Amino acid sequence: MSLLTVIYALAFYFAVALFVIGLAVRIRLYAVTPAPLKIPVMPAPLTKTGVVFRLAREVTFFESLFKSNKWTWIFAILFHAGLLLVFARHLRYFTQPVWEWVVLVQPFGIYGGMAMVAGLLGLWGRRIVVERVRYITNPSDHLMLALLALIGASGLSMKFFAHTDIISVKAFCLGLLRFDWQPLPADAPLLIHLGAVIVLFIVFPFSKLLHAPGVFFAPSRNQVDDARDKRHLAAWAAPMDAQRDA
Amino acid sequence: MKHSQQYRAKPEHQEKLGFPGDLVDNWQQKAVEKMGDLLNKNRALRVYMDACVKCGACTDKCHYFLGTGDPKNMPVARQDLFRQVYRRHFTISGKLFPGLVGAKDFDDEVLDDWYKYFHQCSQCRRCSVFCPYGIDTAEVSMAARDVMDHIGIGTKYTNEILGKVHDIGNNLGLPQAALINTMEGLEEDVEEDTGVAVKYPVDQKGADVLLITPSADFFAEPHVDGLIGYGKVFHQAGISWTTSSYASEAANFAMFIGSYEQMHKVANRIRKAALDLGAKRIIFGECGHAWRVAYSFLNTLAGPWDFLDPKYPVPQHILEFTYDLMQRGALNLDPTANDDKVVTFHDSCNVARASRMGDVPGGQFEIPRNVIKTVVNKFVEMDPETTREKTFCCGGGGGLLTDDIMELRVKGALPRMEALQNVVDNFGVTHMAAICAICKSQFTKVMPYYGFSMDMINSVHQLVGDAILLGTKE
Repeated sequence: MSLLTVIYALAFYFAVALFVIGLAVRIRLYAVTPAPLKIPVMPAPLTKTGVVFRLAREVTFFESLFKSNKWTWIFAILFHAGLLLVFARHLRYFTQPVWEWVVLVQPFGIYGGMAMVAGLLGLWGRRIVVERVRYITNPSDHLMLALLALIGASGLSMKFFAHTDIISVKAFCLGLLRFDWQPLPADAPLLIHLGAVIVLFIVFPFSKLLHAPGVFFAPSRNQVDDARDKRHLAAWAAPMDAQRDA
Repeated sequence: MKHSQQYRAKPEHQEKLGFPGDLVDNWQQKAVEKMGDLLNKNRALRVYMDACVKCGACTDKCHYFLGTGDPKNMPVARQDLFRQVYRRHFTISGKLFPGLVGAKDFDDEVLDDWYKYFHQCSQCRRCSVFCPYGIDTAEVSMAARDVMDHIGIGTKYTNEILGKVHDIGNNLGLPQAALINTMEGLEEDVEEDTGVAVKYPVDQKGADVLLITPSADFFAEPHVDGLIGYGKVFHQAGISWTTSSYASEAANFAMFIGSYEQMHKVANRIRKAALDLGAKRIIFGECGHAWRVAYSFLNTLAGPWDFLDPKYPVPQHILEFTYDLMQRGALNLDPTANDDKVVTFHDSCNVARASRMGDVPGGQFEIPRNVIKTVVNKFVEMDPETTREKTFCCGGGGGLLTDDIMELRVKGALPRMEALQNVVDNFGVTHMAAICAICKSQFTKVMPYYGFSMDMINSVHQLVGDAILLGTKE
């Protein structure tokens, strides 16, 4: 077992543990924090089913962003839809036997990779070219784009320039899952690719990537418009009612 | 801009609300503690601090940014004034790498920016319509103002007004005798105009309807024409009603400073008035922020309302009430009375984006338009990018309706004035109807800067009142 394999294997366990625990802690915090007053942005649905549809449109079509800015919307959709296809394509490394739909999605995954990088470059370009967006950009925003672009570019390079032994890569991945470590091929693009993914896992629960769980917890989007029908008294606010009658 | 910063609240205004009179010595520590408290009490703030990706969707949506060009008036930049302190004190990344993630210590300079820019937000929520995560700058500016009040820094305008509500019952400080006097004057005017004795009651026990309306309705043009209109509607429908001198204010300015405790106190004056007068229904007059607090918060803050007639929602908007009467044929109306006008409608932001009327989503857009179209023959819409949920704020909401910041108010009105100019030029619009006391006051003051006459702005119920054929249904 090479030192490289040990380092990457341990780094993966560490990163995934941090990702899962960090994200769980954050999501729990969002869930337990009370929402003392109803603040949906209108027009809002009158039922929970309506809210599910509203959030679904937001998450799949980026409805509000579409209303706001068509260019940002195009780049954001390219990136996120591309990422989804890439993710589906990568499932083959973690499943044995490979599910039928994952086999079917393989060729599209490549286009997804290209779309993902194109979307990232578009979003990055806005940060540089559009003055308003440049003003609100922090160094971490550039770094995040750089990290994701690095993941995308190194991944594509293994398809088009420097092939990696993907049989061994799959063995390594399955080995991680089964706690039966297998050697990792020492190819530069692969090591960069996996290294960047490890960093992404680590950074996720502490960065703006929290928008992924956050979107489901935004009261302005996930609340039912029923304030006249029901009281929504937060536990911390309830004692005030006792004082009013005194 | 010279007139872009509000006067600070004096110690007596602060202390009356239970806030420190002046900036406390250990203000940084106190402010961070208060931020932590609010983060734990309010999921919206908690999520909005984390979820922003700086995509820029909101950057060109704020009327103050469009009017002033000041980058700190971009909603995300305004939120970041709060977020930079949040990052520094409440996140690992901000503690370890402040420069990387834009985290800053809460110093004098940051506090100056807070005071200036969180009072350049009218909490109109237009940005949140366009945000992919629904991040609502109003929630952030409310939290920031709450934090500032808790370290001794408030604005004179809002906090002095809240003191008046606690002492007297309304924002303008009109006592019972003045209210009765005003209402008697209205009765005389209406009788002189129409020959019909319409009643404008104050503190009448046993009336079916308790009307809660912004105190500007008792006082200023064009608001008072709206109040005259409500009275005519009640009269022709034959429904007994009253105002209350104890709760003679619909607007709840405590929302502007993000204080739940203050909002609770102000809202519960209405509960007490309803109980004391034995009312069966509560109806709110034309006011945007008032209707937001009424529609969205009143049940939570001052309910349960089980002592009222369960046939009606609590509260109702006067437009829901009037529209219902119109649909049932209870009002005799002659729209030709308004034939001298070509009317457009300004959606007030808190009605449009933070509340509803009627029983379908979007009723807050349709009901006012349907009422206007019933009493006005010539109606024109402004650019759809500036109406309904995308409506532009008048520029005076959220506690900014003070002459200290006249220059900002004029600039903030720019996007609405451009849309108005467009329909004036192309469709001969002569009047703009609004359903918010702040909109009416702001436009009256600001429109002359744009070459419009100040009486171009109307109450919706003024149009209704002028079209009612009094004496035809008794």
